[in-house]
Amino acid sequence: MKKEAWKIALRESLPILLSYVFIAIAFGITMSDAGYPWYLSLLSSVALYTGAYQFVLVSLMAGGASLVTVAVTTLLMNSRQMFYALSFVDEFRSMGKRLPLMVHTLTDETYAVDCSLPRDLPERKNVLFLVAVLSYAYWILGTLLGAALGQILPWNLEGIDFCMTALFVVILIQQWEKTSDHFPAILGGGMALICLLMLGPDRFMLPALLITSGILFVSKTGEVQKS
Amino acid sequence: MSLSSAAAAILLGAVITLGLRSVPFLVFSKRHMPEKLVQLGEMLPSAIMAVLVVYCLKDAGTDWFGIGLPKLAAVVIVALAYRLSRNTLLSIFVGTAGYMLLIRLL
Repeated sequence: MKKEAWKIALRESLPILLSYVFIAIAFGITMSDAGYPWYLSLLSSVALYTGAYQFVLVSLMAGGASLVTVAVTTLLMNSRQMFYALSFVDEFRSMGKRLPLMVHTLTDETYAVDCSLPRDLPERKNVLFLVAVLSYAYWILGTLLGAALGQILPWNLEGIDFCMTALFVVILIQQWEKTSDHFPAILGGGMALICLLMLGPDRFMLPALLITSGILFVSKTGEVQKS
Repeated sequence: MSLSSAAAAILLGAVITLGLRSVPFLVFSKRHMPEKLVQLGEMLPSAIMAVLVVYCLKDAGTDWFGIGLPKLAAVVIVALAYRLSRNTLLSIFVGTAGYMLLIRLL
């Protein structure tokens, strides 16, 4: 693997480093506050590796929820993950032995960064792989740090998780400027807003994604491909 | 919840999540994706980014002054910073610092 790939991957994953380390620290602290040992925090970050849902699971566990509730909540909260892979099926599959890791580590944030990489990037597949590995490492290290720190963190870092939102805003602008066809972005944002207002913050995500993909599929695919 | 059932809950969630992440790969394991789905996959990033931004702002309505306004203001800061500087990291830094400041001041 060339040095170039490492350089690009380290630079592109820097926003993920910032947000993951702090959010993962917060997760580790939340778990130890709830009375769970560090190895369960580690298990959650290694095996689950989905930011928001890991926090929800802490409250489910603390509340003594049944495994059925856990399963249903997982399906509802993480179903969006299905849509991410759609943009990378052929490319990830051509990565051979790295495929399982690429599938497991496709999160909101790595998806966003992967989408922002130019098609003709040198070493593109190595960069995709390194972004995945680095982000996973940031998340796991942050979790361990949080579990170790417990409640003794000296600074009040409330609000640091906004860097995730900021990353999505920047990539939305990049995507917007890349194409003259703004219908997908407007449709996605509009549908999300409508579903949010109608269904509330806990249930709008899946319907919004389904309706958006459905409308895009029916109305936009099959057209002559734009260059 | 005991430690063993907590571990069971985590593993159950992990299996389901990995399953969800694998769905497109399992569906198209033997054949290539149909052209229409490839095209959909190309349009999805901008649509999904817009949905994710709304997702990040979903709790704005529960507390307009504590959460909603600082978040909306910080989103505007990020967008402006990026349009002016074209620098991803700088925009994220300025926006996040702005948000952390706003929630402490308001």
